[in-house]
Amino acid sequence: MRNFISERAHDIPPSGIRKFFDLVLTMEDVISLGVGEPDFRTPWNICESGIYSIEQGVTSYTSNKGLLPLRETLSRHLKERYNLTYNSDDEIIITSGVSEGLDIAIRAIVDPGDEVLIAQPCYVSYAPCVTLAGGIPVPVECTESDHFKLNPDTLQEKLTPKTKVLMINFPNNPTGAVMNRKDLEAISDIVTDHDLLLISDEVYSELTYEGSHVATGTVGDLWQRTITLNGFSKAYAMTGWRVGYLCAPKDICDAALKIHQYVMLCAPVMGQVGALEALRSAEEEKNSMVNEYRLRRNMFVSGLNRIGISCHVPEGAFYAFPSVKGTGLSDVEFAERLLKEQRVAVVPGSVFGAGGDYHLRCAYAVSRNKLSEALSRIETFISGL
Amino acid sequence: MDDKDLELLRILEENSRLSAQEIASMTALAPAEVEARIHVLEDTQIIRKYTTVVNWEKAGNGEVSAIIELKVSPERDYGYDRIAERLSRFRQVKTLRLMTGTYDLQLLVSGKNMQEVSRFVSEHVAPMDRIRETATHIIMKSYKENGNILFLQQEPERLPYSF
Repeated sequence: MRNFISERAHDIPPSGIRKFFDLVLTMEDVISLGVGEPDFRTPWNICESGIYSIEQGVTSYTSNKGLLPLRETLSRHLKERYNLTYNSDDEIIITSGVSEGLDIAIRAIVDPGDEVLIAQPCYVSYAPCVTLAGGIPVPVECTESDHFKLNPDTLQEKLTPKTKVLMINFPNNPTGAVMNRKDLEAISDIVTDHDLLLISDEVYSELTYEGSHVATGTVGDLWQRTITLNGFSKAYAMTGWRVGYLCAPKDICDAALKIHQYVMLCAPVMGQVGALEALRSAEEEKNSMVNEYRLRRNMFVSGLNRIGISCHVPEGAFYAFPSVKGTGLSDVEFAERLLKEQRVAVVPGSVFGAGGDYHLRCAYAVSRNKLSEALSRIETFISGL
Repeated sequence: MDDKDLELLRILEENSRLSAQEIASMTALAPAEVEARIHVLEDTQIIRKYTTVVNWEKAGNGEVSAIIELKVSPERDYGYDRIAERLSRFRQVKTLRLMTGTYDLQLLVSGKNMQEVSRFVSEHVAPMDRIRETATHIIMKSYKENGNILFLQQEPERLPYSF
């Protein structure tokens, strides 16, 4: 029999933490800081609306773009919250999470051979999605000395005549870095001068702890060359509902919609109903979750620094990204031994691409009791090194 | 009172056993400042008391609670205040509120058993001057108290790793 696996699928590297996953399943009493999702349940008003809609028989397909009331409410929400202008008719698509939005955005834009700049460290799917679309992912390293913001000079160095797209994600997974308006303006000139398109994954926008989130599409002239991706998973603890959205100028949105309608048809309807309820009535629940993350961040990051693991203060998302350089171990060795010896699961930073070496991603979306137990286990671990 | 005080109150309301050190690490304040602020909040009676939410039913002490509705004739010059203050002094009265609607005062009363509660109502509350009518509702089971869910909720299983 032939080998049926396509070269593209074959060439994609497997997830860098498979062995950790297998290891952790054999262990008990593990505190996992490896989970990139809220530990809260979805606020009950959202759940209730989803349940009610199912009881009412709202279980069919929706329009490809998503439920109109959701798009209309979202359009108003984006304007009020971020001053972003997208009209509900032809500039918004409701997607099955940001993951799908990312994929259709890339496929709508990238031709074979196009170079796509990816600000790294970043979410693990960016480069593989570019590769699957036939593009060439080009990492642009964000360094700790820049507080993991995208440095315009580094960006400039990576430009070639083939560069077509820049992908960014702020607040960032895994570093927690945030780009303020000034930081984004510095990037904006380069993007405009080199006629690039910007894919901006802003799924952590609500988890911004200092000041408020600046939407990329509101900076300079970037709106017309920006695809904004966002979703409900992180802000409203709705990861399993699979609802995100893609916003872009009409011509780009039209192209992405063609792909969306063939591969996904529509986002799950009960998820969309829940998302609508989230926008209508879960502001307070969201704020109290965000506030709790902020308390945990303060506690965990100050704890890491106290026990001698250097960690910058992440301004957004729910990840701390400490450096383990001082311990003499690589991030992979540190993570592996920490798991085996003290049963604390963290993700080695190198999994997230350039700039992640010698760092660990610790998700503080776990209870304060667990965080403080994790801190004391990490302290025991490093004192034994 | 500023935003930091409000934050301290929210934290303490959720768990009043946290040390000043722990609260300091969460709020990025110095431990001494946390202590000082809490002292002020205590002195000004904004913090009334540190207490514990107990699931008495689970503790199995067999205590009985009832909601008592009272229709009261208000007093000239005092309205409901004097009678409400008198009732408040009884150890058995855990909560007392003036309500709008078909009755006036609502009491939450606890006792060792049904007899104790009914004796309290019939001997102490009902005969009071100005109380025109009482209605006693025994609490059968409590599902939520002061924002705290009392029934066991299963924690959904989380993946050990996800991105």
